Amino acid sequence: MNPLIPLFVVTPLVGAFLIMITGRFIKESDKYLTSFVLLFLVFISFYSLLTTGENLSVYKVGGWEPINKVPIGIYMVMDGFTSIFVCIINLIGFLSAFYSSSYIKRYTAGNYFYALFCLMIAGMNGVVLSGDLFNIFVFLEISVISSYALVAFGVEKNELEASFKYQVLGGLASFLILFGIGFIYWKTKTLNIADIKEVFNAGYDKSYYLFVQILILSGFGLKAAIIPFHAWLPDAHSSAPSPISAMLSGVLIKAVGIYVIIRLFFNMFAVSEGMAILITTLGTLSMVIGVFLAIGQWDIKRLLAYHSISQMGYVVLSVGIGMTLVSRGANQEVASLAIAGGIFHLINHAAFKGLLFLNAGAIEYTIGTRDLKEMGGLAKSMPVTSATSFIASMSISGIPPFNGFFSKLIIIIAAIMAKFYLLAALAVIVSIITLASFLKFQRYAFYSKSDVMKNPQIKEVPFPMVFSMVILSIICVLLSLLAIPDIRDAILTPAVNILTDPIKYSSIIIGQ
Amino acid sequence: MIAYIMCFILFLVGLYGVITRRNLVKIAVSLSIMEISTFLFFALIGYIDGGIAPIVDPADPAKTYVDPLPQALILTAIVIGLATTAMLMAVIIRLYRKYGTFDIREIKKLRG
Repeated sequence: MNPLIPLFVVTPLVGAFLIMITGRFIKESDKYLTSFVLLFLVFISFYSLLTTGENLSVYKVGGWEPINKVPIGIYMVMDGFTSIFVCIINLIGFLSAFYSSSYIKRYTAGNYFYALFCLMIAGMNGVVLSGDLFNIFVFLEISVISSYALVAFGVEKNELEASFKYQVLGGLASFLILFGIGFIYWKTKTLNIADIKEVFNAGYDKSYYLFVQILILSGFGLKAAIIPFHAWLPDAHSSAPSPISAMLSGVLIKAVGIYVIIRLFFNMFAVSEGMAILITTLGTLSMVIGVFLAIGQWDIKRLLAYHSISQMGYVVLSVGIGMTLVSRGANQEVASLAIAGGIFHLINHAAFKGLLFLNAGAIEYTIGTRDLKEMGGLAKSMPVTSATSFIASMSISGIPPFNGFFSKLIIIIAAIMAKFYLLAALAVIVSIITLASFLKFQRYAFYSKSDVMKNPQIKEVPFPMVFSMVILSIICVLLSLLAIPDIRDAILTPAVNILTDPIKYSSIIIGQ
Repeated sequence: MIAYIMCFILFLVGLYGVITRRNLVKIAVSLSIMEISTFLFFALIGYIDGGIAPIVDPADPAKTYVDPLPQALILTAIVIGLATTAMLMAVIIRLYRKYGTFDIREIKKLRG
């Protein structure tokens, strides 16, 4: 029993309710309380990242012990893969919340904003910590319902329309997931992920199994905006307030989409080759189509949102390659490398995409537009925003020595070693197109000459916004260190091991 | 078996509504129909022929009970469904105030 695990969910939940009450009576208490709650979560998440390693600890909610080795209570599980995720969620969450403390002044009802923010964090922490299928669904709904409200927070035409689209497609995804859970429960009579794995190991019906996998993949694929299911993402992510865009793009689509897909397909279903190739194909499509859709955009946040689809494609692609190799049973080292590359890129994407959205928010905060054609010459008047967005742009396009370069390099090397030459070539080409697209962003926003720069009103954004952007850009540079073998072994390898080992996850949980 | 097929047809009715209707409120209603079909499916998988309410009778432990877990899950899911429907309706009311119409063809500021 690890007593820290429930704190990840309980603290933000309690925080959300306290904020609703205190925010009404004590002015500005809401933002300090949110930052405090999230800072506390950042500390305990890094503490668990450092202490977890190869271990796997379980918290049984309500203390329900298993009977005859059959788990009956709700399990919350902390392992190497989860601990990486809680770090991303809470760190980006803290920086976005701190950034919001000056950004959110343009909206009324700040305490509702922070309460919803904390609920979203609680939901995402719950999703990644849960070892129980239905609990994943409940926490997923907590986080996405608060994100529906946060996308519509501006209550203007764009925000409402985006939120409506997001809700209809999100609702559809939830029903697909619920159906999938129902079908799994029907055959296995259990909801614990490890226990389901044990039941499936004892034998299953092939076509039924495939049907369930497709349901689960399309449900969580809709949440993760993998390409045939991406229609809601650019609207929702570009219409939300900027710190929320950073959370949605940087964390939410990963925690409730990619994380669950990876976790369920490795640790619950036995990976089949056909399914692995399907996932690889979806990843490739997202990577290529996403970047082509991004090229023509002139709205900064829409451009970034389309790039999120493309970058998530990299993650899904490399995890898919790893999955294919695992299912073939050959070349475990290359499989581990591919999965490590995917997880590495996922961490990096959280850092640089979060930073880019915060930059976009800073630009919008200062000059009041998101259209690239109406900007120009901001480099002089906003040096910090300019410098940090340069770092983020270079990271996302894969320029050394920034973090994006190393993760893309690992993905490409893994693809070549696995003999997926076409995919490796596509990954390089997409990276070049990404660079072109971000050079356009840099040039139009910061370097070209325009009338905007003559306006003396334009100056650097307030301290909380600058602080968050600088910290994130430092993280962008520091994350390159994960490419060093020793550090990689300490952080990425436990996550990869728990995924690639077919029985470790289930046997440890059932054994406890 | 027929009950499962009816439940699936209900799901498809909802899906058809979401895809073809042009009225925001009707889309919300269609989503609710899909939701109900999911709940019905859960109630069906917990049902056992001849089962009684799952309250254990110590005098006669050999009785057949229906599976209580899906019922508990559905209670949770109904609450979640209520929250999503309320949220969707709130956004629809706000959209109506902005555009003065429920027609989805008139609401298309976001493109591309």
